[in-house]
Amino acid sequence: MKLIADHISKFFGEKRVLKNITFELNSGQCLAVVGPNGSGKTTLLRILSALIPPSSGKVQYFDGQILLSKENIFTHTGFLGPYLELYDDLTAEENLNFFSRMRGLKDDRSTWWNLMDRVGLGGREEDAVKTYSSGMKQRLKYVFALMHQPEILFVDEPRSNLDMQGIQIVYELLREQKSRGMLLIATNEEQDLAFADFRVAVHD
Amino acid sequence: MIKAYYIFRKDLLQEFKTRFAMNAILLFAVVTLSAVSFAIGTFTARQEVLSALLWIILFFSSMSGLSHIFVKEEEAKTADTLKLVASASAIFLGKFLFNIVLLFLLEIIVVPLFIALMNFNVQNYLLLFFTLFIGSFGLAGGGTMVAAIISKSGAKGALFTVLSFPILLPVLVSGISATKIASQEQGWMTAYSELQTLFAFSVVIITASILLFDFVWNE
Repeated sequence: MKLIADHISKFFGEKRVLKNITFELNSGQCLAVVGPNGSGKTTLLRILSALIPPSSGKVQYFDGQILLSKENIFTHTGFLGPYLELYDDLTAEENLNFFSRMRGLKDDRSTWWNLMDRVGLGGREEDAVKTYSSGMKQRLKYVFALMHQPEILFVDEPRSNLDMQGIQIVYELLREQKSRGMLLIATNEEQDLAFADFRVAVHD
Repeated sequence: MIKAYYIFRKDLLQEFKTRFAMNAILLFAVVTLSAVSFAIGTFTARQEVLSALLWIILFFSSMSGLSHIFVKEEEAKTADTLKLVASASAIFLGKFLFNIVLLFLLEIIVVPLFIALMNFNVQNYLLLFFTLFIGSFGLAGGGTMVAAIISKSGAKGALFTVLSFPILLPVLVSGISATKIASQEQGWMTAYSELQTLFAFSVVIITASILLFDFVWNE
């Protein structure tokens, strides 16, 4: 798998948020997007994951020599960030059931049951997500992002809301992801940056 | 299409747990119906007026709940999560399916109550049901598209009715005319052009919505 970002720029009205960002990333590599608050880290991650289009430039994903379409990108990627929420009214199991069906995983629950245990949420599957603490919600988001074993994982603020134990669990998952595919993180934390092979700095 | 069904089922499960849209629509409908019924009292209004009143109650009741389907996704920050797992057309069809079921439930409760409370003499029940059936598709199709547009704006509630009214005016006009014909001793042929308009509008609005939804949802 290969990701090519070619001269990406983004404007919100008159305001320029990103200007001419260009890089290439391959499987087994990790890219960290760094920069101060409000500099456009999240916007860049959302553009790279095809959640929003760039104002100019293009993002291309190649599986070998084949260029992936936008619809296909989502089957290869996982995403988690503070602005991506799961359904609060539903239980964790109902959420994961819904998303696994949407991703065409059918009734194969083994991967996400295993992930629920690994993030420390085993036994809480039947509780409504609104009863979860913010740290538990963050752990559940990792299950959502990794349940289909994506080749590319986007993580905005990997440590957000997590305690020390949660951070250790997440780091283990991120290490596995990097060895399995591609990892893109938006962070300013030194410990998170240890994963990065490359850095893209965005600033005002 | 299967993904649209999964989205519909998820929305139904959420609605079953919160009952937000159903409560909003039904309460509005029952309160309006009671107010109109008390205002008219023992006086029997003309069939033309009653036909218009029925559609006005249905229109404004649906306005109080149809927008919820997209507004809740934006407010709960789940819209982007949904984008990660479904195409725009699957999302539109799933939401449309939910809104049409909501409208049918509203009509099942409100129409018999309206007939009983308002002395509305229906001569051709089949024509009335057929009019309501096709009209619901137009209302739900246009309403779902406008709901997606206003969910990204600040003043969601007020904007929904204001934007929906001009778009859904053909449904109201033809629906009222066909309902009036159903209340008089006239045959299907008299209502043919109204039914044709309702059917054509529903097909156009649903097709256009499916084609344009990607721009509304992703821009």
